[in-house]
Amino acid sequence: MTDDLKSKYLGLIANASDESILEDLRVAALGKKGEISLQMRELGKMTPEQRQTAGPALNALKDEINSALMAKKSGLADAALDERLRGEWLDVTLPSRARAAGTIHPISQVTEEVTAIFADMGFAVAEGPQIESDWYNFDALNIPGHHPARAEMDTFYTHRAEGDNRPPHVLRTHTSPVQIRSLEANGAPIRIICPGRVYRADYDQTHTPMFHQVEGLAIDKDISMANLKWVLEEFVKAFFEVDDVELRFRASHFPFTEPSAEVDIRCSWEGGTLKIGEGDDWLEILGSGMVHPKVLAAAGVDPNEYQGFAFGVGIDRIAMLKYGIPDLRAFFDSDLRWLRHYGFRSLDVPTLHGGLSS
Amino acid sequence: MKFTLSWLKRHLETDASVADICEALTDLGLEVEGVENPAEKLADFTIGYVKHAEKHPDADKLRVCKVDTDEGELQIICGAPNAREGITVVVAKPGVYVPGIDTTIGVGKIRGIESYGMMASEREMELSDEHDGIIELPSGEVGQRFVDWLAQNDPAKVDTMIEIAITPNRPDALGVRGIARDLAARGLGVMKPCDVDPVPAAFTSDLTVSIDDDTLDGCPVFMGRLIKGVKNGPSPEWLQDLLRAIGLRPISFLVDVTNYFTYDQNRPLHVFDADKVAGNLRVHRAVGGETIMALDDKEYTLQAGQMVISDDNGAQSIAGIMGGLDTGVTEDTVNVFVESAFWDTVQIAYAGRALKINSDARYRFERGVDPAFTPDGLEHAVRMIVDHAGGEASEMVVAGQVPDVSRAHKLDAQRVISLVGMEISESQQRQTLTALGFRLEGNMAHVPSWRPDVLGEADLVEEVARIASLTKLVGKPLPRLAGVPKPILTPMQTRQGNARRAAASLGYNECVTYSFIDQEAAALFGGGDDATMLENPISNDMSHMRPGLLPGLLRAVSRNQARGFADVSLFEVGHAFHGGEPGEQHVQVAGVLVGRTGPKDVHGEARAVDVYDAKADAEAVLSVMGAPAKVQVLRGADAWWHPGRHGKICLGPKKVMGVFGELHPKVLREMNIKGPAVAFVLYPEEIPLPRAKSTARAALKSTDLQAVERDFAFVVDANVEALTLVNAAVGADKALISDVRVFDEFIGGSLGDDKKSLAITVRMQPADKTLKDAEIEAVAEKIVAKVTKATGGVLRG
Repeated sequence: MTDDLKSKYLGLIANASDESILEDLRVAALGKKGEISLQMRELGKMTPEQRQTAGPALNALKDEINSALMAKKSGLADAALDERLRGEWLDVTLPSRARAAGTIHPISQVTEEVTAIFADMGFAVAEGPQIESDWYNFDALNIPGHHPARAEMDTFYTHRAEGDNRPPHVLRTHTSPVQIRSLEANGAPIRIICPGRVYRADYDQTHTPMFHQVEGLAIDKDISMANLKWVLEEFVKAFFEVDDVELRFRASHFPFTEPSAEVDIRCSWEGGTLKIGEGDDWLEILGSGMVHPKVLAAAGVDPNEYQGFAFGVGIDRIAMLKYGIPDLRAFFDSDLRWLRHYGFRSLDVPTLHGGLSS
Repeated sequence: MKFTLSWLKRHLETDASVADICEALTDLGLEVEGVENPAEKLADFTIGYVKHAEKHPDADKLRVCKVDTDEGELQIICGAPNAREGITVVVAKPGVYVPGIDTTIGVGKIRGIESYGMMASEREMELSDEHDGIIELPSGEVGQRFVDWLAQNDPAKVDTMIEIAITPNRPDALGVRGIARDLAARGLGVMKPCDVDPVPAAFTSDLTVSIDDDTLDGCPVFMGRLIKGVKNGPSPEWLQDLLRAIGLRPISFLVDVTNYFTYDQNRPLHVFDADKVAGNLRVHRAVGGETIMALDDKEYTLQAGQMVISDDNGAQSIAGIMGGLDTGVTEDTVNVFVESAFWDTVQIAYAGRALKINSDARYRFERGVDPAFTPDGLEHAVRMIVDHAGGEASEMVVAGQVPDVSRAHKLDAQRVISLVGMEISESQQRQTLTALGFRLEGNMAHVPSWRPDVLGEADLVEEVARIASLTKLVGKPLPRLAGVPKPILTPMQTRQGNARRAAASLGYNECVTYSFIDQEAAALFGGGDDATMLENPISNDMSHMRPGLLPGLLRAVSRNQARGFADVSLFEVGHAFHGGEPGEQHVQVAGVLVGRTGPKDVHGEARAVDVYDAKADAEAVLSVMGAPAKVQVLRGADAWWHPGRHGKICLGPKKVMGVFGELHPKVLREMNIKGPAVAFVLYPEEIPLPRAKSTARAALKSTDLQAVERDFAFVVDANVEALTLVNAAVGADKALISDVRVFDEFIGGSLGDDKKSLAITVRMQPADKTLKDAEIEAVAEKIVAKVTKATGGVLRG
């Protein structure tokens, strides 16, 4: 009996083509007046022995029909969904919603790289005025008024009103005044770098009236020129991301250091690309020396007690060298094509643990 | 400073190669900037012998020559008058480059006859200006390289020229002898003596010299000798060769002698034609306005106080800078007065700068010549003149006296080692200084008179270090500070870095624009006054310090629009200048958005940029700089903003952290910007620093109770600001209301032109029990009451 019902309904369910037919079948089988429900009612009239076999059989039948209904229902839903999705085709090769990507200027990026390296060696970052008194820019740095270096620096002067007889201020020609101001404010010992804009009245293929410099200063009781060389070697290796580098110190002269040295790095220009640390060429990249006792004295530091080194390097210049940027003037032209090509992604933050460039 | 190898060898006994000498010079601080070997450009010229010469059949002035060369007999057509049989000549065969005529020789036909090369004159090989005929050599084998012959017979013609850069502290190296001294100290040779046998005095000069009392500080000593009966004319060959090799044009013997000693010993001299000097010479200060025609054929007007040498007719020489034309020597000069004087560096520097004269004399006197050498330099020159040009010399005429520049500084050998970080023994240090001309007495080093730059112990260190060679310096680690490095950036520096990264993330391209800008643009943004003006700008485009970053950014936008980029978003982080005194600068973070949010796209999302784009970006960048979220937005910013479409983001009316808005249409027109343009300017230094030092956050208060949202629409006057309404709504129950958002604005229509509807969503977050309808209603009534009170608005029906 139950077997007949079972095969009848399972067959009908399997053949059902939509949900309404399934509902009809459910009512016909399990509804209040459904075939199986009616049979269940009959159980009360049976003897206990009959009930013991017929009860479980009917219950099992009921469960089985229910499961078949559920399975078929979900199968029909899946088929309907599949059918719908077949019509929901999109051309995914269309462009995505625009999301602008900005860039970081190479000057900022390289300044951060330099900062990361020197921070590791204990150097803080000091800043100062870009319009400077001639005392901070020149006199305190042992460059008196008649010194030929003053004329050679192509200094920009600020306008003085008629009757204002003070010497004109200057646009700082180097970031060295920051060294003086930092020493005045903090005294020795000190380790700082001073990055920033500097100005010289010069404009041609390789000069712009504004460029960027980072100077370093380390003053303590026993800092030597050999320490300077080590610091610069470590800096150049870290900055250019090479394992080895050879620096050449050449005697030179700056009014604010003594002894003074120009620093060259060994390099190769083979094939027009710069390779640091190999080859037979020398590339001049730095000026440096031991801080002149007069400069220390001018900044209020006792030169008999303290000594140390200073150096300066062009940020734009090392950016050009490291990233193969050909023209200095383009740095300040804000040409979108240039900014996008030579700029850096916003999350490329240079760190020593993650690497300077990526 | 230029010199030649043979000139160097007049002072230095050395076998060192040019390469070794150059390497040492650069290492010593006398950086080699160029080396020119004339032999290089003559390497392909060979010696030939003219076997036969006859007149060209079709040209009177040409000869057809048969010339023996290393490649056999060649037929060469030659136009030189001296081209004839039996002479030894210099041949440029086909393929050889001839520098003097900038031509590579080829095979050619001259008037129908083939010519297989050229016989050269001195000028064609840039050996001299001689071009009267081809070279006739007194000796030489056919096929021998001409440069080899020159090296044996006329080495001055293939003298290697070396050019070095001179740092301002080394006037002594402006003389070849000073350069030789450095090389000798380095061990590259031995100094030759440079003594002079003074010409005996034959008479007393009737030409005398005086120095005014007020000029003695600028001219402590003036010496001279009168030489009578000289025969001026061209200099001897060797002198002409030397001068020409360093790029000087030989003029006449008397002038060439002064140039020679200028370069040989850094001893500028001057020669007067004594017959043209009226009366005596007087060194004095100009009263101002005197004019003088100088040796460069230009007239100069002297300023009061500048030093000048005058005779009875007036100014005859700009002291220490340039002589005058009137009393200058000529080919005809027979009586010459030779001047050797010492001039103060500072006064020469100022006078030279004021008169804008760049002469060899000024260049040297302003750096410092050797005062003690004043008489010796004179004797050297007089000796050379009399030996070559004859004549008799007077006793020395002297005014003033040679200044005493003697001084001594302590040599502290340990300090040298400590500063340089190189082990240089005390004996080596002393030896170095001695070789450079210092005299050591105990540990006091007496400075030679030719080293005005050595003024203290530190200078001794420099001398020892550079002679020892800084190339040998071995790096020593700078002691690391203990432990993990501490952070080194100040909060302000971190802030700027964060702002930069945030702006780039928002799609802006960072620019670095010049700190100076044209006055017109500066004036549009509150600058352009005299206080921020440059005295000597490089161009009118860069005349004033920028009052803000916007003018530079807008100029950049305009340039990019001209290149075809309509939609531009640029930003910059940098200093602006609100005055002309040191420190009158402040940091700005500025961004501009111009055009549309993007190119037109399939999603139809691109639209013109508007104020709310600028506001969103300003808020985002302020947020990464640590600005508080609760701010006031006020109006009344500067005139370059659209008066009704901008806002100042403030903490109180005086504390402006930033401004956003549309730029004033007039400003955009002036700056030549096309399309809509919005911008923001932020002031990182105005953002307060966080107060709490603790890193711990307050505990998170969260609840499982459901939040309830209710919408309200109010009709208010059109000029009521949304923030007023929002604040009023929040104030209805600060504990319960967690957020109020404006989600719709509708202006005009059925409401009338002066009204608008603002719709808000209020989110209520209960803390301890679920909200009941009655409670929500109560809060809603309070909200309506508060909003009505604050704005005069009514709930929209």
